[in-house]
Amino acid sequence: MREVLIWIVTLVGLLPFYFLIATAFKTDQETLTTSAIAPPQSLDFSAFVSVLTATGRNSIPMSILNSVIITAGAIAGLVLLGSVAAYVITRRTRTWTNLTFYLVLIAIILPAQLGTVPLYIGARSVGLTGNAIGMILLWIGILLPLSVFLYASFFRGLTTEYEEAAVIDGATPTQAFFRVVLPLMAPATGTVAILAGLIVWNDFFNSLIFLGGSTTQTLPVAMYTYVGGLVSAWNKIFAVVIISMIPILLFYMFAQKRFIQGFAGGLKG
Amino acid sequence: MTIEKDATRTLTVPPDARRTPRPYDRTRKPLISYGHWWWALPAIVLVIGVHYVANLTGGFFAFTNWTGLGDWDFIGLDNFVRIFSDPTLLGSVWNTLFLAFGSVILTNILGLGYALAINRTLKTRYILRTLLFMPVVLSPLAVAYVWKFIFQFNGPLNGVLSAIGLESLQKVWLADPTWSIWAILLTVVWQQTGFVMVIYLAGLASVPVELEEAAALDGAGIFKRFWHVTVPGIRPSIAIATTLGIIQGLRIFDQILALTGGGPAGATETLATQVYKQAFSLGQFGFGSALALVLTVLILIFAILQQYATRDRDAVGRKA
Repeated sequence: MREVLIWIVTLVGLLPFYFLIATAFKTDQETLTTSAIAPPQSLDFSAFVSVLTATGRNSIPMSILNSVIITAGAIAGLVLLGSVAAYVITRRTRTWTNLTFYLVLIAIILPAQLGTVPLYIGARSVGLTGNAIGMILLWIGILLPLSVFLYASFFRGLTTEYEEAAVIDGATPTQAFFRVVLPLMAPATGTVAILAGLIVWNDFFNSLIFLGGSTTQTLPVAMYTYVGGLVSAWNKIFAVVIISMIPILLFYMFAQKRFIQGFAGGLKG
Repeated sequence: MTIEKDATRTLTVPPDARRTPRPYDRTRKPLISYGHWWWALPAIVLVIGVHYVANLTGGFFAFTNWTGLGDWDFIGLDNFVRIFSDPTLLGSVWNTLFLAFGSVILTNILGLGYALAINRTLKTRYILRTLLFMPVVLSPLAVAYVWKFIFQFNGPLNGVLSAIGLESLQKVWLADPTWSIWAILLTVVWQQTGFVMVIYLAGLASVPVELEEAAALDGAGIFKRFWHVTVPGIRPSIAIATTLGIIQGLRIFDQILALTGGGPAGATETLATQVYKQAFSLGQFGFGSALALVLTVLILIFAILQQYATRDRDAVGRKA
């Protein structure tokens, strides 16, 4: 009984998804004439076709590709730089490693807003605005404290015996780290990849500033400019919205347990 | 050497018969070096550059009238005087605080209520949790467009009002100076509630069932049990959910640009949208930095409170 009640509340809460899907499958004519709540008369894919074939700056397939490149690049950088830095900071106990750890901790608390203007000016003067490389570097810089912090907490919980055994067997420090320690850190890498991936993939503010007006657009920026040109063609607007949701929802279905754990345990500022 | 059976007598092994290793030589180089020190270098350089240098430079710009090109003057507190004497800009400060606190209060009430409702006893709680968390992972911009449709004049919200005979309440929600900010608040709350719920589910998992049963046996009613057993048990979760929520809420940007663009007549402008407009649309880098500094100070206050409130965070989270 209670279960039924909770399901009703949940389904009412998820009604926006119904409007989204119902409207996207309507024809242009139907969107204007039928009620917003009415289901489509038949499944019509014309809205999706017109969205996917739009060209130029608003090209949605191109923007998906850009988003994939930027997100993948940022994750790769955060995993590589974050893990090695956290490893040295936690395993070596010197004054400078302690100082570095505090430097990273404070950077987690520091909000990024104030730095945006100088970063934009700096990036513009060296030609790093409007392209994927600049965006990847920016994200690595912004999210490195989070990555180092997460890796550091995982390294603290890992006994040193694995890499000691590897070194005794003749591995160099580099081999011991990349062939023994890092593979053991898969849960940390997963958390970093999911948190950073989600932030980068969904970001609109930084992409708008650093890529705005250029031909390299991420998905949210392309969606914003494209939708801005469609006054109330809700079937097309929702076709873009659905296309933009598919990659992240697929990923969520695939890794939802890890997603939820990463958020409940790892997120901090 | 034989060991005597009398356990009360201690057995002394002569030093030259011991086979223990020699005491560790502290001056010797350690047997194993954990990575190379320079591995941390790229991270240190990037963190200092992107976080420290950029923020300090931004803080300095806040006291200038720089436009992004050419010369600039150091103008002291003029930018801040302008912010706090302009009604629109001052309004954006209040809107920022309204959205941050409004979203925290609503998401925490709804999220905690929902977590309590599906905690433990429900068979389908994992499916429910997965469904409710779904909006959290979507881009705020995409979510905002869905709600823009709901709030439009021919949209579902007015449709429902007309169906239940409340035509008089129908309005163009996003163009109404009083209601547009509530529309944004609702959009944010809808997206964030699942996140708060998950934090509370993790916290509730750490409240022992026995404690609640003991309280029930002692005759505590459902409300008393909640107040005296559950709430103290989830206090760390409350601290995390509220402070993270406020920090998130202060930064709201995407939803506003998608829903109202700051209008009608500046009724939904926040510090984040003003930073964007002043610095990047109007090219007033100095003034935009001053607005960003106000926002930063607000966020820092709550970030420091969060660190203080969640010092013993190991007790919570980790298991969702």
